[in-house]
Formats: sequence, C-alpha cells, structure tokens
Amino acid sequence: MSAIFDVLNLKKAFSGLTVTNDVSLSMAPGDRVALIGPNGAGKTTFVNLVTGNLRPDSGEVRLNGETVTKIDAIGRVRRGLVRSFQVTRLFQEMTPAEHVALAILQRDGRAGKMFGNFLSMPDVMEEASALLAKLGLHDLMHRKVSEIAYGQQRLLEIAMALALKPKVLLLDEPAAGVPQSDTGRIEQALADLPPDLAVLMIEHDMDLVFRFAKRVIVLAAGTIIFDGSPADVTKDVAVREAYLGSYANASHAA
Amino acid sequence: MTLIMNTETVVIKSRQKTTIGRDLIGIGAILIVAVLGYLLFPDNLALLTRIIAIALLVLSLDLVTGYCGVATLGHAALFGSGAYAAGIAAAHYGITSPVLMTLAGILGGAIAGLICGVIILRAHGLPQLVLSISLIYLFHEFANKASSWTGGSDGLSGISPDPLFGAYEFDLWGQTAYIFGVALLLVVFVLLRFLVRSPFGMLCRGIKEDPLRIMAMGASPKIALIKMYIISGAVAGVGGALNAISTQVVGLDSLSFTQSAEALVMLVLGGTGSLFGALMGTVVFMLFEDYVSAANPFHWLTMVGVLLIAVVLFAPKGLYGTAAGFIARRMEKRS
Ligand SMILES: Nc1ncnc2c1ncn2[C@@H]1O[C@H](COP(=O)(O)OP(=O)(O)OP(=O)(O)O)[C@@H](O)[C@H]1O
Ligand SMILES: [Mg+2]
Repeated sequence: MSAIFDVLNLKKAFSGLTVTNDVSLSMAPGDRVALIGPNGAGKTTFVNLVTGNLRPDSGEVRLNGETVTKIDAIGRVRRGLVRSFQVTRLFQEMTPAEHVALAILQRDGRAGKMFGNFLSMPDVMEEASALLAKLGLHDLMHRKVSEIAYGQQRLLEIAMALALKPKVLLLDEPAAGVPQSDTGRIEQALADLPPDLAVLMIEHDMDLVFRFAKRVIVLAAGTIIFDGSPADVTKDVAVREAYLGSYANASHAA
Repeated sequence: MTLIMNTETVVIKSRQKTTIGRDLIGIGAILIVAVLGYLLFPDNLALLTRIIAIALLVLSLDLVTGYCGVATLGHAALFGSGAYAAGIAAAHYGITSPVLMTLAGILGGAIAGLICGVIILRAHGLPQLVLSISLIYLFHEFANKASSWTGGSDGLSGISPDPLFGAYEFDLWGQTAYIFGVALLLVVFVLLRFLVRSPFGMLCRGIKEDPLRIMAMGASPKIALIKMYIISGAVAGVGGALNAISTQVVGLDSLSFTQSAEALVMLVLGGTGSLFGALMGTVVFMLFEDYVSAANPFHWLTMVGVLLIAVVLFAPKGLYGTAAGFIARRMEKRS
C-alpha cells in the first residue's frame, strides 16, 4: 500500500545541538509503529517537527503524498495528522464531555456555531459518551478536569485525539503517569482503533510496545539507529549500546 | 445500557434546566434592579441610563478579556466608535430613528472591533496591552482632528432622535431613554447568554486557557478571537449608541483611555468571565462613584481606590465571582 505519511531527511538543531539528525521514515495506513529511545533522544522534538509546532532546519514532511512542510500546524491537523501531548494539555475549567464535544464539533466544522449547546445535540452527545465510556471516563464526563486524577486526564488526552478521527495519529507517551490498573484501558482503546489508521506511538513501557507494535523504530541522539520488527530490536547491538550508554551516563550523572 | 442512557438524559436535562433557570434569574434580576432604580432615583434616570450604556461596554470587554483572555486597556475605542457612528448618522445624515441609530452604532462598533482585533491580536501579554493603549490614543486623536465630522473637543451635538417607534418622545426626564436602554440590555444579555454557552463560546474558553491545544485540534485561535472582537464591538456599539441617543451629544471622553481603564476596573470589580459579574461590577462602581463623589468631592477617588484594593485582596474573583463561589460551596455542603 502507498504511504500516507512520509518524513524525508528531517534535521533540527537547537543552538548548535543537533536534536534531529537526518530522520526519514514512512508509514502506510494501518501501520502500528512504536518510536522508542532514551530520554532526550529527540522523540518529542520529532513529533513537534512533523506536526508543524517546530520548524525544521531542512527536510520534508508529506501527508498522503502532499508536501506539508510549508503548511502550518492547523492545516496539518485538518489534513488528518493528529497528536497527543506527553504532558497533558487540557482545559482545567472544562469537563471531559466539553473537551470531546469540542473536538467532534471542530472536526465537523461546527465549532464556530454561535447558538445551541452541545448538550442538546444528540449526535455529538452520543459520540462523546461512547468514546468516553470506552476510555472509562463516562462517569466523570461532567466533572471539571481539575477535579479528576492525572491518569484519567491522560485518557482524556487520547480521547480528544481520537475524536478528531485522524488518518495519522502520533501518541507521545500515552501511558506515562497512568496507573497500572488503567493501562489496560489505553491498550484496549489502541486495539479498537480503526484498522486503516496509521499510528506512531512513543512509549517507554516495553510490554506495551511489544503488544502494540508491528514495527519498532529506535531513536538515539537524534538519529534512527534501528527500524525493524519487535522481535529483532532487543537483539540489536547498537540499540543495546544506546540504552546502556544512556544508563551509564545517567548513573554517572547521579 | 438503557439505565445508563436514562440517567444520562436526566443529568443533561437537569443541566439544561439549571442554565435556563439562570437565564430567567438573570432576566428577572435585571428587570427588578431596573424597576428599583426607577423607583429609587426617579429624577436621576440619566445616571441610570448611563450605567446601562457603560454596562454594555463592560459586557463587551468581558467577552474579549474575561472569556478569551485578551489584555486590553483600549476598549472604549469600540464604545466611542459606536457612539460617534450613531451621532454622525443623526447629525450629518438625518438618520434620527433611534432603532436605525442603534444599528449604526452596532456597525461602527463592529468595524472598530475588527480594526482593533486585527492589530491587538498580533501580540500577547504586555506588548498587547501597549498596542491597545496606543490604539485608544489614535482613535481619540483621530476623532479630535476630524472635527468637521465629530465636533472635535467641543463634542458632537445636533443629535435629536425621533420618538421611539414614532410614539414615545425622548423626554426631558429621560424615561423613554431609560426604558429603551433596559430593553437593549435585556436583548443583548439574552443573546450573549446563548453565545457564551454555544460551541463558539466553548472554543473561546479553550483559547483562553491554551491556544496551542486549540491549534492541535485544528481550530484557529486567531480567527475565533477576531470574530469575538467584532461581536464585542457590536455590543459596545449598542452602548455607545444608547449614550448618544440619551444624552444627544457625543464627547471625546467616550473614546478615552480613562474610560477604557475604568471599564476594566469595573469588570475586575464584578468578576471576569461571567456576564453577571460584568453587570454587577458596573452597577456597584458607578453608584459608588456617584454617591461618594457627591458625599465627599475631595476624597472620592481615594475611597474608590480603597474599595478596589479591598476587592482585589479579599475577593480576587470579583464581587459576583466570590459570592457565586460562596453560595455554590454552601449548596454542596447541604446536599
Ligand atoms: N525548545 C528547545 N530548545 C532547546 N533545546 C530543546 C528544546 N526542546 C528540546 N530540546 C532538547 O532537545 C533534546 C531532545 O528533547 P526531546 O524532548 O525531543 O526528547 P525526548 O526523546 O522526547 O525525551 P523524553 O523521553 O524525556 O521525553 C533534549 O536535549 C532537550 O533538552
Ligand atoms: Mg518526549
């Protein structure tokens, strides 16, 4: 199948420090890819570059064959490239129902409507409650976000991304901070994703990675050092060294 | 599943009931205060009408500051433009029907809102505040220089509105103007209640908290805020027009930095981000100002300052915000 998402020779340096070094990858509809790598490897920066939140020094991003490198972040979302945030970015004064409803309305081009309320829009409410129920947030849907637990906020972050019905979904550590008892929900939500959606998930929890991904990409110091099957990744010498190296450095630092 | 659906519809129904209940309470409260004002100050209706006009300015400011988080000290530009638009329509074009003058005010305010929005929204935080201040000075200076249209520092006179609906003269006691003002305020209040809980209102609340998150949903904060500025201009324009119709003059002070800053003070006093707060802040500030300045013409500004400091320190959410929070906590304890 032809690619829906291409990244070609992406480069980015922050004041001399190269954080993304000639990264290329390509995904087809239905792909389930895990992007892993030590802390500070440049994973989040990669997401920021492809979504248009950061401007790359060079390189190209293509969505469905169209070059979007010069298109702003909003335009890329509208073309189906959606991300979640590593540190949740939610509206503290709003409820989960409002978050998801807003995403649904925005997706359908109705977020500018100046009359009516989503509570009295049966189609929006139905979709929102089904989605929230799937992530176990149904009973909290009318609470303020500031009153719900962090793990649940993470789930809401995912619900918002899903509500936009993306073609390519980039999840930045969706399970970080979620209690063990709730990771099952995230996994279930990932398993229920539309089969033709291309998903790239950044994750440190290797159990989750192995159950989810058909392909694993390893990023270390801004460079892709491995791109292959989950079965091969643990055997790879370069990957081991990268992780060992970073742990060695970390223990030195500590 | 049916059980879940049922409890859910019950929850939604009860939520809708409470919001409609609040709408009715709001309308009722405005009417009661209006009647009380009429009974208590029958020979000071001009002051009450001016309070309504300024309340429209403060509501309009609340839309961009309270609901969207835009910092501005130049919001009277929208109010003054509405006032001059209505005044110029009457004085220079013979459009003396009060309803048409109000429409002219809405149009003038909306255009000023578009201009100010496009400029102010280019910056954030302090630079935004500075842009807004520069804009109000520019508007003021422009009105001053274009004196053949605006009357300059003498003010624009020669505004004599027709009787309302051809039947009710704008009398010397200001009864017609007052009732007209109350009616305008009610209409605006109801429309804004719809607006703030619409999908667009929700989008704006999101923008206030985290514009980047809104962009990650594919929505443009910029476009939404400019739309809100135009609406805000229309609301301020109603206030400006009401002022022009009721006083039959438009002065440069309606387009001043002082007026802008006072509007912000009233909003903070009442509480940002709620329509009730905006109304309450205006009424309390202007009555207090009127009362204290008459009782003690030398120290009234001091007293206004003390009141403000007290509110900011002890009721940081404003009079309405603090009271509403207090009542909500009481209710929660009881249930
Ligand atoms: N805006 C920025 N300015 C300067 N340096 C930055 C910026 N953003 C990230 N960096 C640096 O780039 C490097 C990569 O950061 P990034 O957040 O992409 O790593 P990551 O792989 O997502 O790490 P983690 O697993 O901890 O989330 C880090 O050294 C970080 O300090
Ligand atoms: Mg990261």
